Amino acid sequence: MYAFRYHRAGSIDEAVRLHGSCEDPGYLAGGHTLLPTLKMRLAQPSDLIDLGDIDALKHTATTSGALTIGAGVRHNDVARMSHSIPALAGLAGGIGDFQVRNRGTLGGSIANADPAADYPAACVGLGATVVTDRRQIAADDFFVDLFETALEEGELVTSVIFPAPRRAAYMKFPNPASRYAIVGVFVAWTDSGMRVAVTGAGASVFRVADMEAALARDFSPDALADIRIPEDGLNNDIHATPDYRAHLVTVMARRAVVRANASSDGVRL
Amino acid sequence: MTITVSMTVNGEERSGVCEERTLLVTFLRETLRLTGTHVGCDTSQCGACVVHLDGDSVKACTILAVQAAGRDVTTIEGIADGDTLHPMQQAFHENHGLQCGFCTPGMIMSALDLLKHNPSPTEREIRDHLEGNFCRCTGYHNIVRSIAAAADMMAPGEG
Ligand SMILES: Cc1cc2nc3c(=O)[nH]c(=O)nc-3n(C[C@H](O)[C@H](O)[C@H](O)COP(=O)(O)OP(=O)(O)OC[C@H]3O[C@@H](n4cnc5c(N)ncnc54)[C@H](O)[C@@H]3O)c2cc1C
Ligand code: FES
Ligand code: FES
Repeated sequence: MYAFRYHRAGSIDEAVRLHGSCEDPGYLAGGHTLLPTLKMRLAQPSDLIDLGDIDALKHTATTSGALTIGAGVRHNDVARMSHSIPALAGLAGGIGDFQVRNRGTLGGSIANADPAADYPAACVGLGATVVTDRRQIAADDFFVDLFETALEEGELVTSVIFPAPRRAAYMKFPNPASRYAIVGVFVAWTDSGMRVAVTGAGASVFRVADMEAALARDFSPDALADIRIPEDGLNNDIHATPDYRAHLVTVMARRAVVRANASSDGVRL
Repeated sequence: MTITVSMTVNGEERSGVCEERTLLVTFLRETLRLTGTHVGCDTSQCGACVVHLDGDSVKACTILAVQAAGRDVTTIEGIADGDTLHPMQQAFHENHGLQCGFCTPGMIMSALDLLKHNPSPTEREIRDHLEGNFCRCTGYHNIVRSIAAAADMMAPGEG
């Protein structure tokens, strides 16, 4: 790691202010993406602003029909919230391993926007809203490209509002070593219609309109059987070819529908 | 730049001089000379470095020492009661849960966190929980057995 200065912010305002006053700063949440990146000397921030002490980022709240989770809430804490949106809790409980889940946070995961990360699928799949220190951004507009989000310089994610679905499930085909998604599909029957969000397959999370239309007609796995997404532009790496990923999208989507129908995931908020 | 970092380690106030970029595992091993916590990979994969931070099992190679400042850390050195092994250590001893022993401190610290949340796990749950702990010797079988035995020993009303 290159040397940096360390600051521990006590509040959202202080964190944003510090960010504005440093030369080339970075926020530090769970550190489970950032610290490995720094160890490999792939980044050289002048200052790290630790968000770990900011209680305002650790709140969760259920209001009518929605679950709001603070950006600083750890994956294991979300995994334990199975009473509210079980599909979301299940997704969080499948991230990495237990120790990663004891440190990694929702805000860090979505700000990082790894193409194989799990949370982007839940955000887009549930039609969530990302709340920052300065505005609200629809999840559909938040994830822009590979490791790229709509966040401006210094903009801090403070929470995410997840509307409760009528039925939902997430299925991922994990990389056997890292547990990141080779392909993960979040399927949700929401108050505003069907949503199918795919992570791991492309540069960034994306929706599959054909599948959403088919599920609106018939919310069953068979409705998806003949839909295959084009492999153009899908990720190609040592783990899977675009052709294989395209195939997996249909398989995971169908399994997600089976699970959504089997579980009693209804609105319980 | 050097800084002084203080934290509670195994119930005692400890402080030491390190850099902002010093990892917690390096601080424990090299500054405080608590070498029971191991470094297997340094890339957040293997779990040899697992310690408890404010009661939660975490990978000490992926936390800065300064992030742990003012917090409570427990390492493998902190769990025995004098010369009496912790039941989890005793169970690893009795069930041959280790061969070279390199992974053992991390296995034990991870397993203790499992039992905190799930005092009587099934074999499947034990295996799932060990996702982030690698052992290159035992084939895991006796580790899983050790943890199951410890769960029995530690069950309320037992031992
Ligand atoms: C072994 C291992 C396995 C993993 N497996 C998976 C997996 O299966 N699935 C998966 O999805 N992820 C996986 N991860 C990644 C893990 O979920 C990370 O914790 C997460 O991606 C980043 O969250 P963090 O809190 O650790 O963020 P950090 O590493 O602290 O930060 C990541 C980035 O986000 C920025 N940031 C952090 N918080 C905010 C905020 N509130 N507002 C704005 N910017 C912010 C930081 O500046 C940094 O650029 C794995 C990680 C490891 C080490
Ligand atoms: S040394 Fe920390 S996980 Fe391997
Ligand atoms: S006993 Fe040797 S690595 Fe586990």
